Amino acid sequence: MLESPKLNISRSADDDLVIGFEGSWRISQGLHSLEDVEKAIASAPGLRRIVFDSGKLTVWDSSLVSFVIKVLDFGRDKNIDVARDGLPEGVLKLVSLATAVPEQKDARKRAAPIPFLAAIGTGTLKILSSTSEMVAFLGETSLAFLKFFRGKARFRRVDLVLFIQECGAQALPIVSLISVLVGLILAFVGAVQLRMFGAQIYVADLVAIGMTREMGAMMSAIIMAGRTGAAFAAQLGTMQVNEEIDALQTLGLSPVEFLVLPRTIALILMMPLLCLYANFMGILGGGIIGVGMLNLSLIEYFTETKHAINIVDINAGLFKSVVFGVIIALSGCMRGMQCGRSAAAVGVATTSAVVTAIVFIVVFDGLFAVIFDVLGI
Amino acid sequence: MNAQAHIEARDLTMAYGSFVIMRDLNFTINRGDIFIIMGGSGCGKSTLLRHLVGLKEPARGQVLYDGVSFWEAELEARKQLMRRFGILYQSGALWSSMTLAENIALPLDEYTDLSSNQIQEMVSLKLALVGLAGFEDFYPSEISGGMRKRAGLARAMALDADILFFDEPSAGLDPISARRLDDLILELRDSLGATVVVVTHELASIFAIGNNSVFLDADTRTAIATGDPHKLLTGCEDPKVRDFLTRGEAGVAPKRAGPAETCRVTGRL
Repeated sequence: MLESPKLNISRSADDDLVIGFEGSWRISQGLHSLEDVEKAIASAPGLRRIVFDSGKLTVWDSSLVSFVIKVLDFGRDKNIDVARDGLPEGVLKLVSLATAVPEQKDARKRAAPIPFLAAIGTGTLKILSSTSEMVAFLGETSLAFLKFFRGKARFRRVDLVLFIQECGAQALPIVSLISVLVGLILAFVGAVQLRMFGAQIYVADLVAIGMTREMGAMMSAIIMAGRTGAAFAAQLGTMQVNEEIDALQTLGLSPVEFLVLPRTIALILMMPLLCLYANFMGILGGGIIGVGMLNLSLIEYFTETKHAINIVDINAGLFKSVVFGVIIALSGCMRGMQCGRSAAAVGVATTSAVVTAIVFIVVFDGLFAVIFDVLGI
Repeated sequence: MNAQAHIEARDLTMAYGSFVIMRDLNFTINRGDIFIIMGGSGCGKSTLLRHLVGLKEPARGQVLYDGVSFWEAELEARKQLMRRFGILYQSGALWSSMTLAENIALPLDEYTDLSSNQIQEMVSLKLALVGLAGFEDFYPSEISGGMRKRAGLARAMALDADILFFDEPSAGLDPISARRLDDLILELRDSLGATVVVVTHELASIFAIGNNSVFLDADTRTAIATGDPHKLLTGCEDPKVRDFLTRGEAGVAPKRAGPAETCRVTGRL
């Protein structure tokens, strides 16, 4: 059992304030405040000196050192001499070590309050600069694509095959699951309404049009943004941290050609295929409800589906999925390339890649809805 | 050795935005030199290296390669120049998605007309030179830190570079491995005739391999000494340089032996 730390404050004959330490001074027993010493000094004007007495001290650690430094600082402020010789040798050494280098006044970071207008200004400038970064990245990628079409782009074909596999075949399980469920939900929502009119058969139309025009492209894009876009950002971000991108640059290889191009091409090639697959799985999901809940026959359901959609609906979805593929690849790669040089920055890059991709996917989907409506597609 | 300027820095000022890291750096690196960039932690040594290899544009001033100003040259000319660099990054910076062989093969594949068999031969040679023969099919994550550094060196040498840059080559290595790497650097310089630029603050390395140097000082934000580190040790009277080169051991009296130009005090003190 440790004895509790005690502080004995007394005055010696020749007007010194004696601070006596007693018992064990351990951090686990809390830190002493300076209150008692301050009180003692306030009640004793004409004090000349503070001395320490550590005769009854048994054990000590940083808690004692910190207390002594507080007393020293206090003494300096009040112009009272503090004699250090009564301290244990170890404490003395640590105290002089801690006070050897004076505090660097301008090293402390202070969060100065920013005036409201200044905050708006900085915010605007930030938006402007991030927009210009985005445009610059788009420009660089476009140039890389031009080079690619002229057959001059330099990247490893092996990488392209690997990315095609990664964002094609390996995405099938999750796309299957989500699309079947989305088709199921669409059918379910429609069934509740349409059954009231005895028009159950139109559930097939609803699901078919909903999947091919909207949900197939949309859901596969959202899945790929979370799955592949995030992976791209994390890969490139980590490469940035490891100086791997620097190594490419100093070798005269363009990181955009070498890293961004194969990823973007892979997604552009795979997104329409995934979308088509998602369409099919969604219709299948609708069929489950049609057959299982609405007592339609399988033949009936699929004949109705065939009547409901035409090639234009499917193409509209496929076209959107290509655009979404570009959006996902570019936002993933851009955030990765902009990544800072720390582990935390990779996390930020990944998050912001997914957010950027989803925002642009939804915005573009809205735009396409309006444009298709105007064009009568 | 008749000195022939290979790399020159003229009034080089480095800054991140408005934050100036070093200003008015002037030094000359001769062909065949092993040039040490030294200074305390965080004084901008690696940043200087990034400026020299063309990763960061100087805020002001020039970097000349054989008299050609790097940053005023056309992009193609710059790329041409950069192709002559071999760079060993602090962490090795091997491309993690490729095996060691693929890492070393990439520059060869891009810039030479060798067939894939010939490239394999070159790869094996370079790996053998750094003592990693047989590790062709390992990924960077499967080997130790010291091995990664050596593999990085093999990649830096892939195109038989004119100028080799090393960013803290011995950081994180045990003394014996660090010593071996130093010997390797010396041998490469002697056999390839390359110019070597090394960022380091390992005193043992500085004296073992360096024959020219620049000392960056974080307080005055400029170079306070240039020249052969051995001569700086005996001839330089600047207390900061002396402290650094003697590990802060006081009482080593300056002998005033070296000629005055070995310690050109260029800073505004």
